[in-house]
Amino acid sequence: MSDAAHQPQAKPNWLSRNKLAVAPWIFLIPALIFFAIYVVIPIFESLWLSLYEWNGLYTADGESTATWVGFGNYVKLWDDPNFWTSLRNNIAWLVLYMLAVPLGLFIALYLNQTVTGMRFYKSMFFFPFVISQVVVGLIFGWFYNPDFGVVGTVWKALFCEETINIVGNVTFTCSRPAPDILSSPEWATYGIIAAGLWPQIAYCMILYLTGLNNVAADQIEAARLDGAKGWKMLWYVVVPQLKPATFIAIVVTVIGALRSFDMIAIMTQGGPFGSTNVLSHYMYEVAISEYGERYGYGSSVATVLFGIMLIFISYFLWRMYQDEKGGR
Amino acid sequence: MFPRPIEKSTQIARLAYQTFLPFALILWLLPLIAIFLTSIRSAKDINSGNVFGWPSEFALIDNYTAVFTQSAAAQYMLNSVLITVPTVMISVALACLAGYALAIYRFRVALPLFFLFVAGNFIPFQILMVPVRDMSVQTGLYDTIAGQFLFHAAFQTGFCTLFMRNFIKALPFDLVESARIEGVAEWKIFWYVILPLVRPAIAALAVLIFTFVWNDFFWANVLTQGEAAKPITAGVRALNGQFVNNWHLVSAASLLAAVPPVVMFFLMQRHFISGLTLGAVK
Repeated sequence: MSDAAHQPQAKPNWLSRNKLAVAPWIFLIPALIFFAIYVVIPIFESLWLSLYEWNGLYTADGESTATWVGFGNYVKLWDDPNFWTSLRNNIAWLVLYMLAVPLGLFIALYLNQTVTGMRFYKSMFFFPFVISQVVVGLIFGWFYNPDFGVVGTVWKALFCEETINIVGNVTFTCSRPAPDILSSPEWATYGIIAAGLWPQIAYCMILYLTGLNNVAADQIEAARLDGAKGWKMLWYVVVPQLKPATFIAIVVTVIGALRSFDMIAIMTQGGPFGSTNVLSHYMYEVAISEYGERYGYGSSVATVLFGIMLIFISYFLWRMYQDEKGGR
Repeated sequence: MFPRPIEKSTQIARLAYQTFLPFALILWLLPLIAIFLTSIRSAKDINSGNVFGWPSEFALIDNYTAVFTQSAAAQYMLNSVLITVPTVMISVALACLAGYALAIYRFRVALPLFFLFVAGNFIPFQILMVPVRDMSVQTGLYDTIAGQFLFHAAFQTGFCTLFMRNFIKALPFDLVESARIEGVAEWKIFWYVILPLVRPAIAALAVLIFTFVWNDFFWANVLTQGEAAKPITAGVRALNGQFVNNWHLVSAASLLAAVPPVVMFFLMQRHFISGLTLGAVK
């Protein structure tokens, strides 16, 4: 400081010379530290932990009781039928969840009008996305209930005859018993996926409504003059312009499908007989269960899920990178 | 505009469209309407199988009060607020800083760091579960409100930074440049030039993060045990066990859990949608 006072014409100090190099780090550090502690480092810890067997306990002097098993957990995984069921269900989720994209587009096309009250209708159609998946799961669990849910009631109206016995109790004789969707190993997963589609379609719809708002009107008019209409117009003129919306819709749907946990935990807890498990739920089940914690084995399931997700994440980042390069 | 505006069609088509619209809406919201109707019925109706007919009596107030008096629902609701509000404040504040750094300064690792935040935001929760749970137990944050909002804030910082960085990048860079020529300090540029301009982004993020965190269920299960720190989503599941076969109470409780995000959505609809659809138009 005193040096600077004696030499007024001296170069400014290091900090002000490198202001533009230092400043970003000062702005970044709080977020980076926080993000590193809770997100980045735990990822590597999990990967590492998947090579151990550990019940989550520590010895009296604070040493972890984990024992090294190398790829033992993955070998066990290979022979674990529950793992394969979960993986198969994950694929079913991924494929069927994709229906949300076209269905969202169709609802958006249907709602893209300007009659009175349209704003209200649009927000009501979007409504399912706002409520928590726990609530959606409960709603549908009840909706599917064969005794007094919507499915059961409709079924009774179609296939059952009401009889009242002497005591006055109402009984139903049904030509076919009402389906108990969530208790059926074959159908339960599809029942949950259908429930999951409900909010997801709403999400895709809102993406497309915004996209449709920004479709270039002059191109539509030009195409109309050329005689394009209906499906052709949709496919060759409108859909290409909706590309950014489609990309985001696909991203959020893939992520949503692989993250599905809440609904399964609420509606079936992976049952009946593990038939509705997906990797995210199976991981939770093995890692924290009533039969003792198996952190290492759980981590290996998580690692597989992470690997699957990483394929998609790399693709998304690559796409974003292309945009960034083109953008500036 | 596509499809062709209905006003340009025949009178009949228009009328058909407008008549069909409410039916389409009812069909779409049928599960929700059905559960609402259940939540205002009395136990008698449910037991006698009158689930869809006209309720024999309206028990709206009775049922919703019962949820609060017969369970820890009020505690769960309060916990949810105590978890959600600090999360929103911390993650949005951190993201303003980080987003500013990543959008305005040109340094070599800016893009890799940005991608780190983006990628972190897409990863499955399960890969974080064991270490975060273990760390929370070790530091005494397990089964506390703070343990939950610290984690959520850190995790949501990824999404918020993605959002903020893109938002700030779209602002005219001249603003920053001319301020620099004037000799304004970097933090002053952030505070007086950029921050006032990102207010819409802050509003959008606040509602989105509020909804995401309010609706969280996974971490509520991983990081809590008892009633004291459980948010309403996990609470509703506990109530589900407690109110077995009292469907009128279960449905009332689930609807209550959905109220705050729904209110938030309707109050700040424009911000909510602009936040969700950022990037859906180019």
